Formats: sequence, structure tokens, C-alpha cells
Amino acid sequence: MSAAQRRRLKAMIRKESLQILRDLSSIAIAFVMPLLLLLLFGYGVSLDARHIRLALVVEQPDANTAGLTGAFRQSEYFDPVDYRHIKNAEEALVSHEVDGIVWLRSNFSDLLLSDSDAVIGVFVNGIDANTARITQGYIEGVWQTWLISYARSHGQEVNIPVELEPRVWFNAAVRSRNFLVPGLIAVIMTLTGAMLTSMVVAREWERGTMEALMVTPVRIGEIILGKLLPYFVLGMGGMLMSVVMAVWLFEVPLRGSILALTAASALYMLVALAMGLLISTVARNQFVAGQIAIVATFLPAFILSGFIFQINSMPEAVQVITHIIPARYFVAMLQTLFMAGDIWPVILANAGALLLIMVILFSIARRKSHKRLD
Amino acid sequence: MRLVLQRILALAIKELLAILKDKRSRVVLVAPPILQLMVFGYAATFDLNDITVAVFNEDRGGPARDLVARVIGSPNFHLYAYLEHEGEIEPLIDRKEVMVVLRLGPNFSDDLLSGRSAKAQAIIDGRNSNTALLLQGYLRRIVSDFNQQWAQAHSQPTPPSTVRIRPWFNSNLVSRWFIVPGIAGLLTLVITTIVTSLSVAREREAGTFDQLLVTPMRPFEILIGKALPSILIGSIEGSFILFMAVFWFEVPFRGDLGALYLGMFLFILSAVGIGLMISSLAVTQQQGMLGAFLFLVPAVILSGFATPIANMPEVVQTLTYANPLRYFLIILRSVFLEGTSYQVLLPYYWPMLIIAIATLTLAGWLFRHRMN
Repeated sequence: MSAAQRRRLKAMIRKESLQILRDLSSIAIAFVMPLLLLLLFGYGVSLDARHIRLALVVEQPDANTAGLTGAFRQSEYFDPVDYRHIKNAEEALVSHEVDGIVWLRSNFSDLLLSDSDAVIGVFVNGIDANTARITQGYIEGVWQTWLISYARSHGQEVNIPVELEPRVWFNAAVRSRNFLVPGLIAVIMTLTGAMLTSMVVAREWERGTMEALMVTPVRIGEIILGKLLPYFVLGMGGMLMSVVMAVWLFEVPLRGSILALTAASALYMLVALAMGLLISTVARNQFVAGQIAIVATFLPAFILSGFIFQINSMPEAVQVITHIIPARYFVAMLQTLFMAGDIWPVILANAGALLLIMVILFSIARRKSHKRLD
Repeated sequence: MRLVLQRILALAIKELLAILKDKRSRVVLVAPPILQLMVFGYAATFDLNDITVAVFNEDRGGPARDLVARVIGSPNFHLYAYLEHEGEIEPLIDRKEVMVVLRLGPNFSDDLLSGRSAKAQAIIDGRNSNTALLLQGYLRRIVSDFNQQWAQAHSQPTPPSTVRIRPWFNSNLVSRWFIVPGIAGLLTLVITTIVTSLSVAREREAGTFDQLLVTPMRPFEILIGKALPSILIGSIEGSFILFMAVFWFEVPFRGDLGALYLGMFLFILSAVGIGLMISSLAVTQQQGMLGAFLFLVPAVILSGFATPIANMPEVVQTLTYANPLRYFLIILRSVFLEGTSYQVLLPYYWPMLIIAIATLTLAGWLFRHRMN
């Protein structure tokens, strides 16, 4: 790099930095937006089913049914409501007043005592299939606990031939926040990174200062670099704040090294900035730019990145598409870095993919930006 | 009165032309929604149909082999490898090559045959907590089927009570039935808000809004004229997505089309109101875009689209009452899957009406009171 180049670049960076400091909107995008979004979503987005409203229909209450309903009342997952008749409970299920019904018929105790099969009827609202599945699991868990204590109190030995012992690694309590917050950081960083750059280039065109820049000896590559560096610093500041919030506010464990996390974030920040740069260069029309920004950044990062929906459950064709979504790689890296630690095979594979995407994005952006007016 | 209608119509046609005359805008209105519907419709699923499993079986007995065969024979599981050493478990899980390792100890068959409880260990990657939870459910079902047959075959006492769970409205718990109607709501919201949020801002930026204000048109006429094209575009795209949901994704449609369309109309009206409000606050299109973005992102994530509202803390739940998507998602899913009638849906109709009236009034007021 020649002395002149260095001087021009320094001047560009200085100009952009001053612009950031004078117009606080970029600082708002880099810090206030992640802060608000992470607060809102970190608390708001959860897949742990709690407070499941359960209708308990006991047609003939006695000591045996009380034992079972007591087990439901003690469970931290359920908010039980008592109903006398199955009809009323069914109406409540239809009108969304309860999420499920546990139905003990009048002959429940008789069947139980005579060692015949005393059936516990359970209905759940299956519309939200995921919650319904989790609810089923919890109901079966309560039933099993009750069964063992019932048998013990009657001097019987319950023999369960095979007992399943689940060992959940990295997240023993199966807290959905540990899984969702790292993904959220990736989604939010995609938004801020893309928004920061797509705004600056568009603004230069809007104010007519792009023409002013063009008559200077500054080269196009230097304009791009000069614009990116200050926003990169800004974006990394936002990232640091998000990580601090994740660890201290949401109590997500950070088991990887700070070095690996910083490197991964820096790489991804460059990709996000490049996406914004490309969007603003390709689409001069702001209506189009806005649509592309949402289509290309937020929705894919939300749905196709593995942030919430498991990628290998998707059909093959869709799985292929997820490979061009940069957020996919960052989500995988963040989930691993936060919960599992520095697992290099995972980190390096994803970093390699991001590096490739970055090179491609920058070369397209470089080719598409010309130092001329249309 | 005729004059008023004429003026409104003229403005509405002008608005529609302003959006449709640009080729790129036309493409942007049509292509992304179709693309997103197709991709997201298939991508957004919570069902696990390809659980990669590795088996570490230290027992050579028949019962152990039988249990392993049941797991890898299940349509949800997919065998990755048989392991020979304990040391192989960790790297496989760490590198995400398998989601679960099933481990049966050397005494598994002996324990089982002698009437002791045999332990089957499942080592699960917990990085995706939801998958970890669902996967346990699938495994538990396989093990409990095995247990039942084992007890019968070896005339061991069966438990005195069983649970019989029946999901209503979606007996196979297909999560696509839940997600695809949700995508209809999500995409309708995105399109309607973006189209509307730029409508006033575009004129402000070009300076033509002041001209519009000095015409004989009154603010509410401008409001209606600006709202009509967005309502039209939103309804057409919304209808198309619903059509695809029923005929392409084959989500059962059990309810009344009228009940759904009443909901969709109120929903689009409230989205248009919010869009116009953002647009009248914005001086440039860029601000309009930013405003739309800042509304859309939380509106989508806090709508109950992917994660239940009931799981959110009280404060956040209260915030969601101002989100029209929240109500429309309930209406969509209820009409599609439960076949719910107008009366039951009433509590979800009127909040959207209130949001629409409030935002439209505010937008009309802002037209006159925000002049730079």
C-alpha cells in the first residue's frame, strides 16, 4: 500500500467516523436496536412449555384419583383446573380455555384395584404440534411417577423392563433459552450489519455526496473499505454488548474461548456488512432495497438458519438452499461456542464457509460499484 | 358524495400505478412471497424425521439387538454407525455428526432376563433443546412399546393403569399444519406493511405530498385513497397464499371461508393503519423502510408464529395484545384446523378493529400535523 493510498483511506475513515458521531442514527442501529431486540426476544422467545392449562375431569373422586390429580397439581408444568363433566371440559378445550384434558372415568378406581387396565383418557389440542408433543411427554412423566408411588404404597413392585436414561449434554436442564439466545444474537447481528451498510451507501446517493466523492482521487475500493471499517467497529461493539447480555442477563453458559468467539463474530460481521453493501449497490430504488433486505436477511436468518427449526428435518432441496444463508454458519458456531466450547472441527468448517461467502459477496459488490453516474 | 368517491378512486388508481409502473417493484411484489411460501412452507417444521443415531451396544444378547432394531427401524431414526469404543461417543456428538447415541451396557440382556430393570442410556446433543426434548419423546415411546410386549411375552405383571393420549384437530401432530397457515399471516403482514409504509413517505420525499394537501381532498379521503391499493394488494396475495396452503400444502380447511375472510380483512386493515402511521411519521422512504422493519421484526417474533405466547413473561405477553398478527394467527389456525365459528372468534376480531381504527385515525391526523 503506497503512502498516498494510506492517506486517502485514512481520510475516508475519518470522514465516515465523523459522520457516525454527528448523526446518531447509526449508533442507534448498532447499540439500541440489538439491546431492545435482545431484551424483548431473550425474554419473549421460549419453547419450554410451562403453565399448561390442564382440565382435570374426575367423575368419582376418591383416594386413588386424588393421588393422581395431586401429582398433576405438584408438577411445575401444569396449571390444573377442575371440571365435573367431560362435556364442559371438551367445550373448554374447543374455546381455548384449556390446552388439554385428563379424564378419569367413574370406574377408574375399581379397575385400578382389580388390577385391570384403568385407562386415563388424555386429550390435547394438537394445533400447535410442537407444544402438544412436549405436553404429551410431561403427562407421561407425571403418570409414570404416580404409578411407581402408587405401586409402592400398595406393596407391589413395579417392574419396568427397560428404563431409558437420557443424558442431555451441553444443556442438562434442557433450557430452551441456552439454545435460542445464541441464535438470536446471530439473527440480530444479521439485521444490524446489513442495515448499517445498506443505509450509508444509499444515503450518499440520496444527498448527492456520492458525486462529490467521485471527483476526488479516492478509488472505489478505498471508498468501500473506508465505509466498512468504522461500521465494522460499531457492529463489533453491538456484538460485544449482546454477548455480555447473554452471559450475565440470560445466564447462558459461555464455554468457548473469547478468542474464538471474537474471530467468529468478526468474520460474520464482515459478511453481514457485505450483504448490506451489495443490497444498497444493486438496488438504488429504496422500495426494492427494503424488500430485498427483509427477504434476504431477516426471514432467512429466522427460518432457514437452524436458529429455531432443525435443518436436517427439512426436505433435501431446502437443506441445499440453507447452505447459501450465511446466518446458518454463524448460528452453528455460536451454539457450539456458547454451549459446548471450542470444538474446532465445527468452528473451522463453518468459518471456512463464511470466508468463501465473504469473498464472493465482496467481489460482486466490487464489480457492481462503479465510479460513474447513471 | 359522488365527487368524493371520484376523488378517492382517482387517488387510489394513481397510488396503484405508482407501485405497479416500476418493473422491479412488480417483481418484488410477486416473486419473494411465492419463493418464501415455498421455501418456508417446507423448511419450517418441528417434526423430527431424520434423527441421526449411533449405537454403542456392549451386549451381544438377543433382547439388546431387538431394542436396537426397533430404534433404527423407526422411520424417525437414521443409523449413522455402530460404535466399538466408548471414546467414539464424544467426538460424534461434539461434531454434530449424530444427534443421539444409544448405549446399552454389557449386562443389558442379563438384567432384563432376570427381571431387574435394564438401563438404556441415551446421550443427546442438547445444543438444540427442543430437538433434545422431542427426541426423548420418540425414544420413550419405542422403549415403552418394547416394555409392554416384553412384559406380555414373559408374563410379567403389566401396570394397572395406562395413559391413552389423543390429540384433537391434528391427530398425527403434523407441525406443517400449524406453520403453513402461520406463514400466510406472516407474509400478508410483511407485504401490506411495506407497501403502505412507503406510500406517504415516497410523496413526502418527492415533495408531491404538499400538492396533494392543497387539492380539494380532505385528509380522510387521502387516507382512504392511500389505504385502498394496499388493501387490494394484501388481499390478493393473502388469498393466493391461502389457496396454496389448501391445495399445495394440503392443510385441511375445516371452517367457514367467511369467518376467515372477515379476520383477514380486519387484519389487513390494521396492518395498513400501522403502515400509514409509520409512513406519515417518516420524512424519507428510508425512514419509512426502517420504521416498517422495526415494527415487523418484533411483530413476527412475538406473534406466536413459532414460539407460544403463553411461554412469554407477563410484560411481553401484554405487549403482544397490540400486535394484530397475534389475533390473525389464532383465527387462521382455528378456522383451518378446528372449524371454529364467528362467535368463538369474536374476541379475536374486535382487537384488530380497534388497532385499525386507532392507527388510521392517528395516520390521518399526522397527515396535516406533520409538515416540514
